[in-house]
Amino acid sequence: MIELLQTIQQAGQNLLGPIWMPLWTLVKIVVIVVPLMLGVAYLTLAERWVIGWMQVRIGPNRVGPFGLLQPIADGVKLFFKEIIIPSGSNKFLFVIAPILSLMPALAAWAVVPFGNGMEVANVNAGLLYLLAMTSLGVYGVIIAGWASNSKYAFLGAMRSAAQIVSYEIAMGFALVCVLMAAQSMNLGDIVRGQQSGAGLFGWYFIPLFPMFVVYFIAGVAETNRSPFDVAEGESEIVAGFHVEYSGMAFALFFLAEYANMILIAALSSIMFLGGWLPPFNIAPFTWVPGLFWLLGKMSAMLFLFLWFRATFPRYRYDQLMRLGWKVFIPLTLIWVVVVGVWMQTPFWLW
Amino acid sequence: MNFETIVFYLFAALSVFAALRVITSRNPVHAALFLVLAFCSMAGIWMLLEAEFLAITLVLVYVGAVMVLFLFVVMMLDVDLVQLREGFWRWFPFGVVLAAGMVAEMIWVLGSRRTEETAGAIHHAANYSNVKELGRLIYTDYVYPFELAAVLLLIAIVAAIALTHRRRKDSKSQNVAEQVEVKRADRVRIVQIPSEPKAGAAKTE
Repeated sequence: MIELLQTIQQAGQNLLGPIWMPLWTLVKIVVIVVPLMLGVAYLTLAERWVIGWMQVRIGPNRVGPFGLLQPIADGVKLFFKEIIIPSGSNKFLFVIAPILSLMPALAAWAVVPFGNGMEVANVNAGLLYLLAMTSLGVYGVIIAGWASNSKYAFLGAMRSAAQIVSYEIAMGFALVCVLMAAQSMNLGDIVRGQQSGAGLFGWYFIPLFPMFVVYFIAGVAETNRSPFDVAEGESEIVAGFHVEYSGMAFALFFLAEYANMILIAALSSIMFLGGWLPPFNIAPFTWVPGLFWLLGKMSAMLFLFLWFRATFPRYRYDQLMRLGWKVFIPLTLIWVVVVGVWMQTPFWLW
Repeated sequence: MNFETIVFYLFAALSVFAALRVITSRNPVHAALFLVLAFCSMAGIWMLLEAEFLAITLVLVYVGAVMVLFLFVVMMLDVDLVQLREGFWRWFPFGVVLAAGMVAEMIWVLGSRRTEETAGAIHHAANYSNVKELGRLIYTDYVYPFELAAVLLLIAIVAAIALTHRRRKDSKSQNVAEQVEVKRADRVRIVQIPSEPKAGAAKTE
């Protein structure tokens, strides 16, 4: 696989010279974004199926065989709807907000490795870049809430701003533990650091288990998913920050939310669950290509997202803040020290 | 003019424009958003200098956290524009002196021989890690100044909270530890109530 990519790279370089590099990068971006968008579409279907089954319903089954064309129908419907811009809104910001929320969700994929050496950009400070990109996503929500000039949207935006700032700190400290364990900020090196003869026992979720839990829960909060979806909070503030949006503008928020979910699933698989590595280093497991292991781990994490939504009631706002500031941040701080001390002893096996 | 120079001028023009709009725009929320744009374009310029750690940290800390809180506050405030512009001409001379001082300082620093000697763009190999280098310097050569700065910041944080935190008499909050510790016996009391008394039961059948 890698050899094939390198041959293509070499041949293109010889054929096209300086314009090959941007062209090749563009091809890589398309190869990531198109499956990602399809993934988003079918994740919405999977969500409705899974929640349906958990609530002993059938779920979507009318459009196409087994309801498989449902996301396409939804997309077409949203595409043909009118985008209503409220007269009291700030038009420029109102239009730009959905784009601002989708942009970081896509830009973060630039450093995600799908296999050994299979990434768009091999960035040394990849982990920092990811943190920066995921922290930008909140602007879409805040600007949308403010530009709509509606009290529900504004309340949603304020909640989201406070929530994301609080959970980002815990997320950052959880990643500090990962970077201590891997001694690198490069995502490819982080996965390679988890490679060992012990298979899944070499992955970082074992020494960093509390951080894995904190990271994933903070990720759920960061993507504004249930049970932390106070920014939307249907029963309290109608639909929160996107209450005034319709048609494709609304669809962009939707895409951003699901793309962020897939991103968080990919990142927790890469940083804690060994990325593209197989769970056991023996024959039938090593035959499967690394990409499929990564996709399998991502699907398992995504299932957790859906499971949470079907199971937990929404957190009250003060409980949410308490969990972020009084539970997660002290826990992550302590674990940074624990890992630091642990790594100096001979008991550190990773 | 190579590609890097074009990108530099693009970012430079963008950051100057954004910085000007920060002080000239009438709406404080727009001003804060232009400040975000200024930070982002400055991060782009630093990226061109191969200072990727500083560039990303600028985006992460200032754009991702500080400006979000700024916007939070600015959006919540009911800002009266007339009141804001009231003292403009009174403070104008002071502002001009400050600006002139800063320009002079910048010229002094950028025009000095030392800057000329060190300013040439140093290109590093692809596997050179800016982060590692910076970490090594901070925790070895500059460990005391770094720790001092950290302690100062900690004091500032504690002081800011101590100065502004007031406990309101009428505020209500739950004691979560108490709530978690609750046993079934604290909430539910099982009472044995005898069924119908014998005397009443006699009248039927």
